[in-house]
Amino acid sequence: MSSDRQRPRRLRSVHSALAAQGEPWVWLTAGSLGTAIAMIVGLLALIAIRGAATFWPVPLEQIELTDGRRLLGEVTEQEVAEPATADNVGHPARMLIRTAAFAETGSRFEWVDEAAIAETSRPEWATVVERLEGGRLHGVPRRLVHGETTVAEGPAAVWDAYQREHPPARRRWREAMRIDRVDRGELQRQLRAARLAVVEARLETAAESEPVTAAEEAEAAVQADVAAASRRLDEETAALREQNAGWVVEFETASGGTTSVPLDGIVRAWQPNRLGLAGKAGVYLARWGEFLSDDPREANSAGGVFPAIWGTVVMTLIMAILVAPFGVLAALYLREYASSGPITSAVRVAINNLAGVPSIVYGAFGLGFFCYGLGAGIDEVFFKASLAADNQPVFGTGGLLWASLTLALLTLPVVIVATEEALAAVPNSMREGSYACGAGKWQTIRRIVLPRALPGIMTGLILAMARGAGEVAPLMLVGVKKLALELPVDGSFPYVHPEREFMHLAYLIYDVGFQSPDSQAAQPMVFTITFLLVAIIAILNIAAIWLRSRLRKRYAAHQF
Amino acid sequence: MQSATKPEPQPSAEAQPEDRLLAVSRGFEVEAEVHESVAAERPVLEIDRFNLWYGSKQALHRITMPIPNNKVTALVGPSGCGKSTLLRSVNRLNDLVQSVRITGDMRLNGDSIYDPRMDVIELRKRMGMVFQKPNPFPMSIYENVVYALRIDGESNRGVLDEVCEISLRGAALWDEVKDRLHDSALGLSGGQQQRLCIARAIAAEPEVLLLDEPCSALDPIATGKIEDLIQELRGRYSVLMVTHNMQQASRTSDYTAFMYLGRLIEYGATTDIFTKPVLRETEAYVTGRFG
Repeated sequence: MSSDRQRPRRLRSVHSALAAQGEPWVWLTAGSLGTAIAMIVGLLALIAIRGAATFWPVPLEQIELTDGRRLLGEVTEQEVAEPATADNVGHPARMLIRTAAFAETGSRFEWVDEAAIAETSRPEWATVVERLEGGRLHGVPRRLVHGETTVAEGPAAVWDAYQREHPPARRRWREAMRIDRVDRGELQRQLRAARLAVVEARLETAAESEPVTAAEEAEAAVQADVAAASRRLDEETAALREQNAGWVVEFETASGGTTSVPLDGIVRAWQPNRLGLAGKAGVYLARWGEFLSDDPREANSAGGVFPAIWGTVVMTLIMAILVAPFGVLAALYLREYASSGPITSAVRVAINNLAGVPSIVYGAFGLGFFCYGLGAGIDEVFFKASLAADNQPVFGTGGLLWASLTLALLTLPVVIVATEEALAAVPNSMREGSYACGAGKWQTIRRIVLPRALPGIMTGLILAMARGAGEVAPLMLVGVKKLALELPVDGSFPYVHPEREFMHLAYLIYDVGFQSPDSQAAQPMVFTITFLLVAIIAILNIAAIWLRSRLRKRYAAHQF
Repeated sequence: MQSATKPEPQPSAEAQPEDRLLAVSRGFEVEAEVHESVAAERPVLEIDRFNLWYGSKQALHRITMPIPNNKVTALVGPSGCGKSTLLRSVNRLNDLVQSVRITGDMRLNGDSIYDPRMDVIELRKRMGMVFQKPNPFPMSIYENVVYALRIDGESNRGVLDEVCEISLRGAALWDEVKDRLHDSALGLSGGQQQRLCIARAIAAEPEVLLLDEPCSALDPIATGKIEDLIQELRGRYSVLMVTHNMQQASRTSDYTAFMYLGRLIEYGATTDIFTKPVLRETEAYVTGRFG
């Protein structure tokens, strides 16, 4: 000590004071944080703004070009002139028009040189038509035809008649669709079940034995029933389609030609140039409603995403339900029971490393172990007939259950690590207090340690859900499909089908964005789906955080 | 067993110093000065030639002391002298520390505590313990008090209510919390929390109450209340208390034991220890001239 005191103390220079206070470091750290926040907020804002704007009706511009051509469409993008450089050809001031004139020009979008525009106007009756097939159509209604007779002529009259006739036509179309999909699907299932019963009987006994004959008779009966029911359905749908047949709306397109659209082939039509704010809001909400509640159309680039929302939410919830008990029990053993030593440390390191394994590896494992291993085993025991009849696996292929299990495996390390930390944060004095009262180890864990650690465990679960809900790569291998309209829960026995393939929003982003035949038209959809996925993950997290804060209040007043 | 331990500083050829504390620090074994007044009492707990090692370091050396029934006994001594270790050995909380090894024995009302056949959980149910820092459980006041009964599977509401009230009254906390028994215990003040811990400890009618510096984390007013409470417990419970505070020991205890470096130095009635101790060393410590 004394020798230290004798050493002369160096005077600080201005620079050393700066270094000691660390002002530059404050700037550096604050700058890093600011950049990170700006990037995240920017990303979310981009997704939110573009995603929310997709369905807002934009005015239709009629553009006359100097070369005499006419276009009718939405202005989706404008660019200022860019001079040509050595490695860039450059372009004049231009705008991207969504013409939707695929039938005539072969493309739905067109770049227009602003210098080549002679005149722009907004025709009052310009109509956007969303068709069941063939995408959008921009045009002015000319005639509404029923068979040979003209019901209405001229834009105003056609629009009036359209509004009157369109809803019932759509209702009939939807009813026919429902019959085809649901009722006929049920008949198909009955047929298949009867056929499988025969196959099963053949597998068990000789070909000519009594059970086989009985099953064959039963199948014949079912076939007769189904044929009768099928004829009845045919009549119903034929009647519905008969009523819709012949109803056609003719539209005059920008180039002057005429396009006819069957009335029941129109999903929705609106006239953006006539709509006031309330009208636009109405169209906007109606399109959101369709998006959230309907099945997709046209290779997923139009219509709704309801099956994907359903798949995402249910898969995430099943995953959370599966991963929570496994993760918590494993962490309990590691932290409370396992004696500390090299093996425990090795296990801990291994678990931490598992969190860094690429997710596609989990997908490959899930496919190999769950689908081809476990699933094939289940098929071998319980669904032999299905395999023998048409070589069709039930559990032996990707499905909701296997996907949830794979993701549970993927997020297990997150839950284990978070739970271990939460358990370690429970003060030892609590455990000792409990032991001193004569409690055993398990009583202490159940009554003192777990309740106290529960908020921390919930945090781990929230992180796991956030990670699992946005995962795509492994899902592509274990059950997510481009299109799977049959939900894993429906009205057909046994009502829950965890083996069914399903749709997922994150995969839909990939599919619509990169696999779509018309990527420019699909681009707004990609933003909307992304927005929806982010919103769903946020909602799931907020629900979990709300639950956690309730638990905190229950188990601790102010000590956390 | 002892051969495995690190060799203690061996008594050198030089003569044992006159000062016993100096002798202890140089590794000489010294006999404890146990007053006859202690031996006259009926003991609830007998500590019998008790040794304890943390790994290779011996923390307690041949402690032999009887703890009188229904009296308050204070353990005093400088930090690290083994007071808390001794206390935690009584209800075998030290079992949870992996490197601990012991020889010797303790007897609770005649039952050997370190008997291999002794069920530790049953043993701990016969004792209550209060720790330095209040450690109420993350549950309601009511559930805290009846915790020991709950883990025994008691679910009769009447019994639980009765025990809760009696224990809280016993811990002088009833009037303050009777209207919010089902609120979280973590909302209480530090002093209230410590009295709650005492209520929890006496709820199971313990044969011995172990207090490990129960006031060290509390302010003077809360400390005063706990001391008053210990005064009230005297005569009904056998209390073994560790304390750093000489005034507290002299005010609240019937008997005082002075420990130093894992040895018992002097043990006798509190009035004797504080006014006319046999050893000069004890006098130096209790009057604040040393330690």
